[in-house]
Amino acid sequence: MTPPETVPLLALRGFSKSFAGVNALDGVDFTLQSGEIHALLGENGAGKSTLIKTMTGVVARDAGTMQLDGVEIAPRSTGEATKAGIATVYQEVNLAPNLSVAQNLFLGRQPTRFGLVRESEMRRRARTLLAEFDLDIDVAVPLESYSVAIQHIVAIARAVDLSARVLILDEPTASLDAHEVTILFAVMRQLAARGIGIVFVTHFLDQVYAICDRITVLRNGRLAASAATAELPRMELVRMMLGRELREATAARPVSAPRESEPVAVFRGFGKAGYVEPFDLALRAGHVVGLAGLLGSGRTETARLVFGAERADSGSVTARGQQVTLHSPRQAMRLGFGYCPEERKTEGIVAELTVRENIVLALQARRGVLRPLSRREQDEIAGRLIRLLDIRPPDPERPIGLLSGGNQQKALLARWLATKPAILILDEPTRGIDVGAHAEIIQLIRALCAEGMALLVASSELEEIVTYADEIVVLRDRAHVARLEGEAVSVPTILAVIAAEAAKAV
Amino acid sequence: MNRFMPVLATTVVFGVGFAICSLIYPNFASPRVVMNLLTDNAFLGIVAVGMTFVIISGGIDLSVGSVIGFTTVFLALAIERAGMPPLTAFVVVLLLCALFGALMGAAIQYFELPAFIVTLAGMFLARGASFLLSTESIPITAPFYGELAEHALLLPGGFRLTVPAMIMLAVVALCAVLLHFTRFGANVYALGGSRSAAALMGIEVGRTTVLIYTLSSVLAGISGIVFSLYTSSGYSLSAVGVELDAIGAAVIGGTLLSGGHGFIFGTFIGVLIQGLIQTYISFDGMLSSWWAKIATGLLLFCFIALQQLMLLVARRRRPRASGAGAR
Repeated sequence: MTPPETVPLLALRGFSKSFAGVNALDGVDFTLQSGEIHALLGENGAGKSTLIKTMTGVVARDAGTMQLDGVEIAPRSTGEATKAGIATVYQEVNLAPNLSVAQNLFLGRQPTRFGLVRESEMRRRARTLLAEFDLDIDVAVPLESYSVAIQHIVAIARAVDLSARVLILDEPTASLDAHEVTILFAVMRQLAARGIGIVFVTHFLDQVYAICDRITVLRNGRLAASAATAELPRMELVRMMLGRELREATAARPVSAPRESEPVAVFRGFGKAGYVEPFDLALRAGHVVGLAGLLGSGRTETARLVFGAERADSGSVTARGQQVTLHSPRQAMRLGFGYCPEERKTEGIVAELTVRENIVLALQARRGVLRPLSRREQDEIAGRLIRLLDIRPPDPERPIGLLSGGNQQKALLARWLATKPAILILDEPTRGIDVGAHAEIIQLIRALCAEGMALLVASSELEEIVTYADEIVVLRDRAHVARLEGEAVSVPTILAVIAAEAAKAV
Repeated sequence: MNRFMPVLATTVVFGVGFAICSLIYPNFASPRVVMNLLTDNAFLGIVAVGMTFVIISGGIDLSVGSVIGFTTVFLALAIERAGMPPLTAFVVVLLLCALFGALMGAAIQYFELPAFIVTLAGMFLARGASFLLSTESIPITAPFYGELAEHALLLPGGFRLTVPAMIMLAVVALCAVLLHFTRFGANVYALGGSRSAAALMGIEVGRTTVLIYTLSSVLAGISGIVFSLYTSSGYSLSAVGVELDAIGAAVIGGTLLSGGHGFIFGTFIGVLIQGLIQTYISFDGMLSSWWAKIATGLLLFCFIALQQLMLLVARRRRPRASGAGAR
């Protein structure tokens, strides 16, 4: 290709990577100019982290070329990437918390004389280095005595001092408060002014519009868009991140269940400081409530609060007309709640156990160790649910880790169905399973609803959620911002709410 | 200052303990007792220093006691049966120890095995090897040994600094410099702080791990030499359980078992406290020597509780109200 008048700082062409036959990255191009702050956006599974890992040599790419300053590079490890000039600072600060700030800045390259570290010289250099970032702290005390924001700046200072030309910041703001974010932004602007190219991964749209020059959006491993921030309105951006082709899916909507039915559980002013702002929520039998919003907006957090996996610090819960406390999943289960988490692999299935053992797990937990289910009962329950949910292969004695994603998800559902819950909470029920299985899971959700179960479903698949939800709660920045019912439940309305709220908050 | 608190506490405990002993037994605070404290615990001090490196890096070395035992048997056989000059025997046994430690470090690093298991295997291996060499106690009669054991530096005030004590003090001083003032030392701390972060920061994790275990085994070898000087013999059952005394000394001295925190000086004081308890019991004459173990156990509990408490307080006090110090 013909280079423009200026050679870009970093140019990726046709990056591809697949894991076990699934395309995590599919021919992605990415261009970073020097002095540019470039947002890399996308929902979970869009390919952001795979792109970063292939760029920095953590995983090998299947195809694609990478040029830094017009020179072809192919780092095979983070060490090589750093040497080439590409440094990454992760959300989890990767420094030694027990060492002093100065040691962290110069670890492995401390100034020495006769083999001994020149402590005072090192501290002097550390102070000089941090002064460039307007940071005046005691560099002799352990890093862990400082806040996460300062640890981030120390990590950035180290990376930049190691002659970084490209700095990748992977969700650096996720654990920072507003004041800390402004400090970090000042540092980013200053580095950009020095000609360093910054790749900024975040899911806070306000921050993107506050600081980024350019935005690249990934979706399902493909490049969805790349444009200057000024040319990309929020509505457009949200649509690119969430929607596929935006068609009216409302035709498929079922007739809503009678809304007057008595609520099974009512949450009032329920919330936790710094986690999810207080919200009101009513769950009714035969009624599906959907939770929609961008990644990090509080979908999963709401689900966890409702299940008691995270302890709320405000509000009250009424279940079946009685005031109850909800401090642990055990209490929630006793009240008839069930929860299928998003992180199926880490929070849901026990991969080494068989399908049968996974299915009876929750039921057994509710009965307690003193009343074990007999093997016959276990076989009966597992067999019935495997038939009901059409889990394939229908072998209850196969370790669940060997099943496909969709069937693992069904087995998880079976686990909760075995407890005959009154309320079932599903977090991203269709995440990471193949397209055919999507439809089956959705059918299942509808069937459960028709049987009179109350459902709360969190999903990033807007087109799917509008087909089964009777009511949709839209979340943004960890708060419930709108409740849509009836005709209002549609993809465009949801998108409008997410984008409109975002615009207002600036 | 927080970081120095455990060491400070240990030092105060030792000072107070010594004062109490001196009040009870008038001739306790004498040059002879003080110097014996150093001589009698020289071998423990040397291994405990090596253990401190290992624990700070986030590992553990259970093999050191067996390595001491092996060293004494090897020396006795080499000098008495094979007629090897003692200095040559020292060099050979230290090379063997270095190789042994390097192999354990390599196994931990490259097969990604827990240090506990690898050094446990090393412990059985070294002890077994010393039994293979000889099962009886072999006296070492070489004249050089007698001279070394007799030799002592007379200091003003009637202090007799024996060879074992000299070796221990030298090891403590050199290793303190190595741990606290070199790049290698910083890497040891970094490994204990976060292994993955250390790797991401470009530390050669593998090389550092191998070096740490090599150092620990070589120090155990030196400790074995000192032990054989002290007892003038080699016996395959010597120094059983010393690895646990060494861990105890390091922890009493303020080294965190989870890695990342600790000082050589603290370990040195930890050894002296254990020695002080022994000396008290021998002065008393009536108490069973097992009381030393009980007292050490209680002290360990107290120090671990103190450390946890301080960690808790430190976490509470962490400045969440950020920007502290940012202009």
